[in-house]
Amino acid sequence: MNGLKIVVLAKQVPDTRNVGPDAMKADGTVNRSVLPAIFNPEDLNALEQALRLREQYPGTTVTVLTMGPGRAAEIIREGLYRGADDGVLLTDRAFAGSDTLATSYALALAVRRLEPDLVIGGRQAIDGDTAQVGPQIAEKLGWPQVTYAEEMHFEEERLIIRRRLELGVETVSAPLPLVVTVNGTAPACRYRNARLVMRYKYACTDTELQTESADYIAASRPVIKITEWGVEAIGADPEQLGLSGSPTKVKEIDNVVLQAKEARHLTSADRDIESLVRELLDSHTIG
Amino acid sequence: MNNLFVFCELDEGKPADVSLELLTKGRSLANTLGCKLEAVVLGNGIEGIEKELYPYGTDVVHLADDPIFEHYRTLPFTSVITGLFRQEMPQIALMGATSTGRDLGPRVSSALHSGLTADCTALEIGDHYVKKSDTTYKNLLYQIRPAFGGNIIATIINPDHRPQMATVREGVMKREIVNENYRGELKNINFTAFIRPEDLVVEILDRHMEARKVDIKSAQIVVSGGYGMGSKENFNLLYELASVLGGEVAASRAAVDAGFAGHERQVGQTGVTVRPKLYIACGISGQIQHTAGMDQSGKIIAINNDPMAPINSIADYVIKGDVAEIIPKLIKYYKTNAR
Ligand SMILES: Cc1cc2nc3c(=O)[nH]c(=O)nc-3n(C[C@H](O)[C@H](O)[C@H](O)COP(=O)(O)OP(=O)(O)OC[C@H]3O[C@@H](n4cnc5c(N)ncnc54)[C@H](O)[C@@H]3O)c2cc1C
Ligand SMILES: Nc1ncnc2c1ncn2[C@@H]1O[C@H](COP(=O)(O)O)[C@@H](O)[C@H]1O
Repeated sequence: MNGLKIVVLAKQVPDTRNVGPDAMKADGTVNRSVLPAIFNPEDLNALEQALRLREQYPGTTVTVLTMGPGRAAEIIREGLYRGADDGVLLTDRAFAGSDTLATSYALALAVRRLEPDLVIGGRQAIDGDTAQVGPQIAEKLGWPQVTYAEEMHFEEERLIIRRRLELGVETVSAPLPLVVTVNGTAPACRYRNARLVMRYKYACTDTELQTESADYIAASRPVIKITEWGVEAIGADPEQLGLSGSPTKVKEIDNVVLQAKEARHLTSADRDIESLVRELLDSHTIG
Repeated sequence: MNNLFVFCELDEGKPADVSLELLTKGRSLANTLGCKLEAVVLGNGIEGIEKELYPYGTDVVHLADDPIFEHYRTLPFTSVITGLFRQEMPQIALMGATSTGRDLGPRVSSALHSGLTADCTALEIGDHYVKKSDTTYKNLLYQIRPAFGGNIIATIINPDHRPQMATVREGVMKREIVNENYRGELKNINFTAFIRPEDLVVEILDRHMEARKVDIKSAQIVVSGGYGMGSKENFNLLYELASVLGGEVAASRAAVDAGFAGHERQVGQTGVTVRPKLYIACGISGQIQHTAGMDQSGKIIAINNDPMAPINSIADYVIKGDVAEIIPKLIKYYKTNAR
């Protein structure tokens, strides 16, 4: 087995798991600014799988690919600190507002340009919990996919992958090229490596370099560049990106207003019970 | 043409619960739309399975029965479903938000360039007005789901692309036979026309499936009974309520100790911790050992004849009265008001 070229898909997400009391504003809307932006948890599991394969097959390279706003360069740096070889930030105004289908279109084009043997992503991103982007990329590339992976190794030229399903485990054998999505039950990602943090602390995208503090950094030390690609670099059709490229539209957002508990007191009278049932139906608690 | 399709998953050769729930929901949506309800089943040795689907109001069953479909595999299933959808052009396609549906759905939606909304908690039919072009889209599928860690509820639509696709978790929709004698039509899928040799490149080497257990942990709605239910027989009221709401039955330790329910249903410090969207505590006093296992529930309804019961202090709704009177009323008014 020769060295492989692996692309890891990683997304920067708001940390919706720790929604504290200050995460909701007085008007009941989500206060995004207080939610820290993190490396999507299952994408870390994906990165670990890639790094393990690299250890087993010398000559393997691991590239982190992320699509997001400029600050998503943090995800690439985080990947580098943990052992990735390089990264690509896919960023462009035209990507804004993309649903999973438009996102997978852009990511699939970037993957095509990178020409890897293997793409490893997380099972799902915690901001939407959709688990769609991996399979949608696989379809656009015309490659097979293996979802919910927990463990993988090569036997001859095929990847043997253990999948964690709702009701059990399944082991499959798949050829390359392949898209794999990794489950949270897979081994956790290794920590940052202090030496790598020192080396990549000042890794920057061109856009970051145009800011003032970056000038200072550039003047004081050689800068490692993080590749930044926009619509043209991947040859995307702008019609298939952003809102226009997204079949799904958000019609309405209702905030679930978090309020101090003040119980409603009801009796067993029919009128009370019926109005309760209607209220629960209206709020989609039941139905 | 342009009917509502449900992808029916199999569980040990039987239609999965989630698929029957989707057929039930699909039937009522199809009634609103005035279209047919069609099911798609792929499996091996499943002759006669259509008879289990008709009673849910299924008008057409598309069937592929072949060793290729013995177990779910992404590529052959995708090719058949995609090919069939291109031919039949459904307006709506529903799947379970299971390991299978969440692997298949995105793949199909990517191939057909149609939107897909994952894990919907409600599906409705409604219109959509676009001011800019002054056009009204009639009878769209409203795909309603929580987002952002459950802090918002979003209504998603696909105005311009078909099919409108959605996945739904097991237990979210209720399951109901419309008519035991309902008869639909069986159509064999000409699957060899859709499958390409490269669809078979991924091989399953080994499978270990566990039996489906009572799973109160992942239920969105938990109907829980305590010692105040009085007897094992009265627990049947809870099973009935849970089944119409699409939830699971749980119990307090006192109820388990009294033999009203099995231990696997116990909620609390020495039982299971649950965080459903709705927890209905029936005849439960609400000692701390119990509430430790359920106080993170989205909404809590306490039904108790003691106005001072501790459970009332963490409840969103307190219904004072007798469980034997109130639970049948909840069932009755749910049935008359739910769409
Ligand atoms: C170490 C330890 C661990 C424990 N772990 C758990 C645990 O994991 N889970 C757990 O549940 N408990 C646990 N317990 C037990 C817990 O302390 C309580 O004893 C138990 O939860 C009480 O159950 P209950 O509310 O069903 O019964 P009760 O306390 O007897 O309450 C019955 C309630 O029903 C009401 N009622 C009676 N008749 C009716 C009627 N007809 N209609 C309406 N309401 C009626 C009454 O007003 C009362 O509030 C534990 C205890 C200990 C010491
Ligand atoms: N913007 C993105 N950039 C890079 N990878 C992404 C992006 N969105 C989704 N992914 C990958 O696709 C997986 C599933 O995402 P989702 O479909 O949003 O739940 C994630 O775990 C990532 O590996």
